[in-house]
Amino acid sequence: MSFLLTCPHCGPREVEEFRCAGEVTTRPTERPGLRELNEYVFFKNNVAGVHREWWYHRHGCGTWFLAERDTTTNRVVRTELPA
Amino acid sequence: MRLPPREHELIDRSKTVTFTFEGEPVRAFAGDTIGSALFAAGRRVFGRSFKYHRRRGLLCCSGQCPNCMMTVDGVPNVRVCVRPPREGTVVKAQNVVGSLDRDLMAVTDRIGGPFTPVGFYYKTFIRPRWAWPYYEKFLRNAAGLGKLDPHVTERRRVDHEHAHAEVLVVGGGQSGLEAALAHARAGRQVVLIDEGPEPGGHQLANRERIMTMRSLAAETAQAGVEILPFARAIGLYEGNLVPVDRGSTLVKFRAETVVAATGTLEQPLVFAGNDLPGVMLPAGARRLANYWSLRPGERAVVLTVDDRGVETARELEAAGVEIAEVVDYRERVPRSVVAKGRKQVRSLTVDGKRFDCDLVVMSGSPQPNYGLLAHARARVEFDPGRGIFVPVELPPGVEVAGEASGDVGSPAVPPPSHGEGEGKSIVCFCEDVTTKDFKDAVAEGFDSIQLAKRYTTATMGPCQGRLCHLNAVRVAARETRTDEGTIGTTTARPPTSPVSMGLLAGRPHEAAKRTSMHHRHKDMGATVFWTGSWRRPHSYSADPQAEVRAVHESLGVIDVSTLGKLLVKGPDAGAFLDRLYPNRFSDLKVGRIRYGVLTNDAGRIFDDGTVARLADDEFYVTTTSTGADGVFQWFEWWNAVWHMDVELANVTGAVAAVNVTGPNARKLMERVFDGDVGNEAFAYLDAKRGHVAGVPALILRIGFVGELGYELHFPSPHGEHVWDALFEHGAEWNATPFGLEPQRILRLEKTHILVGQDTDAESNPLEAAMPWIVKLDKDDFIGKWAIEHVQERGLRSLLVGFEVPSGRMPVEGAQVVVGGKSAGRVTSVRYSEQVGKVIGMAIVPIDLSGEGTTFEIRIGGELDQAVVRTQPFHDPEGAKLRS
Ligand code: FES
Ligand SMILES: [Zn+2]
Repeated sequence: MSFLLTCPHCGPREVEEFRCAGEVTTRPTERPGLRELNEYVFFKNNVAGVHREWWYHRHGCGTWFLAERDTTTNRVVRTELPA
Repeated sequence: MRLPPREHELIDRSKTVTFTFEGEPVRAFAGDTIGSALFAAGRRVFGRSFKYHRRRGLLCCSGQCPNCMMTVDGVPNVRVCVRPPREGTVVKAQNVVGSLDRDLMAVTDRIGGPFTPVGFYYKTFIRPRWAWPYYEKFLRNAAGLGKLDPHVTERRRVDHEHAHAEVLVVGGGQSGLEAALAHARAGRQVVLIDEGPEPGGHQLANRERIMTMRSLAAETAQAGVEILPFARAIGLYEGNLVPVDRGSTLVKFRAETVVAATGTLEQPLVFAGNDLPGVMLPAGARRLANYWSLRPGERAVVLTVDDRGVETARELEAAGVEIAEVVDYRERVPRSVVAKGRKQVRSLTVDGKRFDCDLVVMSGSPQPNYGLLAHARARVEFDPGRGIFVPVELPPGVEVAGEASGDVGSPAVPPPSHGEGEGKSIVCFCEDVTTKDFKDAVAEGFDSIQLAKRYTTATMGPCQGRLCHLNAVRVAARETRTDEGTIGTTTARPPTSPVSMGLLAGRPHEAAKRTSMHHRHKDMGATVFWTGSWRRPHSYSADPQAEVRAVHESLGVIDVSTLGKLLVKGPDAGAFLDRLYPNRFSDLKVGRIRYGVLTNDAGRIFDDGTVARLADDEFYVTTTSTGADGVFQWFEWWNAVWHMDVELANVTGAVAAVNVTGPNARKLMERVFDGDVGNEAFAYLDAKRGHVAGVPALILRIGFVGELGYELHFPSPHGEHVWDALFEHGAEWNATPFGLEPQRILRLEKTHILVGQDTDAESNPLEAAMPWIVKLDKDDFIGKWAIEHVQERGLRSLLVGFEVPSGRMPVEGAQVVVGGKSAGRVTSVRYSEQVGKVIGMAIVPIDLSGEGTTFEIRIGGELDQAVVRTQPFHDPEGAKLRS
């Protein structure tokens, strides 16, 4: 990976400054069965295209934010703070 | 051997350096390379080829081919034609058994044997299977490029740097300089990188052009272009990232515009004997003559498809070489070309006409050097008129200048390849792939270039296809009776040329961390080692057991500043921690401490530490040393998801910590602490604020190492002051500093776990034998569901303490064996003087986890007995901790 990513706080920076924490998942609200639990914990959609993912500005301001990125081209559609 | 002094030569004859080649001294002038000096000393054989150990001589003199690779000061695969020698440099030949001139492995060239057929790797060393280890030994000896000397201690330090350029021009030839100048005049910030010592490109080897180049370079520099010599682009990655190898620095350039001015690559012609020493590319011969004033040969034949060969002939004549013949393929393409000679070329026969010569210059059509462009996914097309591949569609932000674009000057005829018959015609010099190999590969069905490449290994050697890709495609086209356009290219990927692992392994973003007491440790004789990114004392003497003894008997002091330290503050702080830890913290009383492990939603343990409640709305959390950043990020992440009313601060670096421990710890605390340290007032698992040696501090009464202990947390800048005070006042009880190794023994005596050592990515709190820290009655916490599932399915394994009655010591990681099969592993093991036994922890199957159960572990090659101990070895009731 090598591209610029825009931290909502610091602006465009080398992607190496950030840590990617993978695609946004939703934690179940009720206790899931073993199968659902495993799906939530281990299975990702692994989209070829635009998806939402978590980023952390590790060597910067320390903000967690969300990015919409095309996984096939690394084009970043947008970044935003979690609502 | 040297010509009389020539105008514009690159050598300074008034200065010399001496290096050794195979133990013999060689004299060089300043400006010489190792290669040119060896040539001047009469050497013609510079290497032995990869497979057949054929003699190889200087071919390109520009660091592009595999022919002149030698081991220089212990570093293998150095192209000596471009490496200047230093005084005393030690140069050795490589890939030979015996010497360069008499290489015993050269029989493989003559007798054929198992090496000859294409695909021999795949075909030959298959059966019998039991012989694989012997095959491997033999192959490793016979093949390979040079040897890494494990005793070379020169530790090259590489730094990684980031740089930004509006325009990055790769290549400092004429067109690169012109492009840089134009961009600079248009007001852009321009950096130009060039592989050589000075820009000018191949025109530096052209006596008429050299001064023009030098003034162009000066003008470019004046226009504000930053020119970096000895800088090699490794590749062009997405987002216009160009990592540049500068020897001891890897500079990662991010550019808005990348201009590839990478010129062309001269191509060899394919004919029998085309790899004999004395057969050269035009630039090779010209550089010898014009840079270093060496006569490349006495009598030469020039084979050419373009003007380069003709010009080279003229320049060689000026250097006193007799030109026997110029065979211009544009006038007539010969039907057969055969070079002969043993130690070097002696004759060239063209269509039956024989010329005696000791130099053959071959100029195939120069191939645009589009490697970088191809990395950026430029489209490349075959131009049948000229017989070369040219880039046709460039991605945005990438430009091409000069010959790299396909603008290679005078039209040339596509060169033919003259096949086998009288000796080997080499297509790929690096891997010794011949025209016959291609014929065989196609006959066996490997008819696509991608397959033929992998099967023959053509283009896969050190030159990365520079000298062979085009000829490989050409030969493949001939063998499959199609054309080069149909055959297409292989995929170009970074790096453009070999990159040493050391360069990529440059120092990481985080530098080594030292605690504020680091220099005191060094003064006290500590052996310091890496733990994560920290430098920490291993022990202070050769005998860690002595430090263990000091803790048990009197008083020990250890620097634990590396612990992660977080503040969690706000009305929701308790509830926030309840959601993150399996344990409960909301009911923790102010001034009390509780242990906790952190789990993820898979129920797996990833960190542990203590949590002290400082106020209703404030907690002080410690983490493992390596986990500090990860835990902080984890907390911040969930806070971003949950939006609870808490604030987090990572105070790891700002706060130093020291553990004062041993039966005399209280006595020392009485001297240095300004509060009451009586056992009533300051009980086990109490947290109190106060001053230590006048410094404001938070004191946690905990006992990781199993004796009465106080963990002092205070502002880092006072590290040395507090450390000194502890030893000054502790002298009476012989206060002893102890390092990580004694700490590991001490904590093992208590079977206190080390996360990551005694746990792994599979460990959950129940099977790690810590059910008491899991509060399944809480509504929810991260990991709860998974831990519930573990409880419902029942425990399968358990982390237990053990001792080895035989006294033998297994390694950490040793197998626990049941019925001959691996069923668990030893996670920690040490000899404990206190216990008088070899003790450890192991993950064992649940039915072997009961107190006193015997199980088998592998020690060395044999099985030995271990006995389960479910209680701590030292002070099982914790009486000492509470005393
Ligand atoms: S002769 Fe040195 S690399 Fe080609
Ligand atoms: Zn930021």
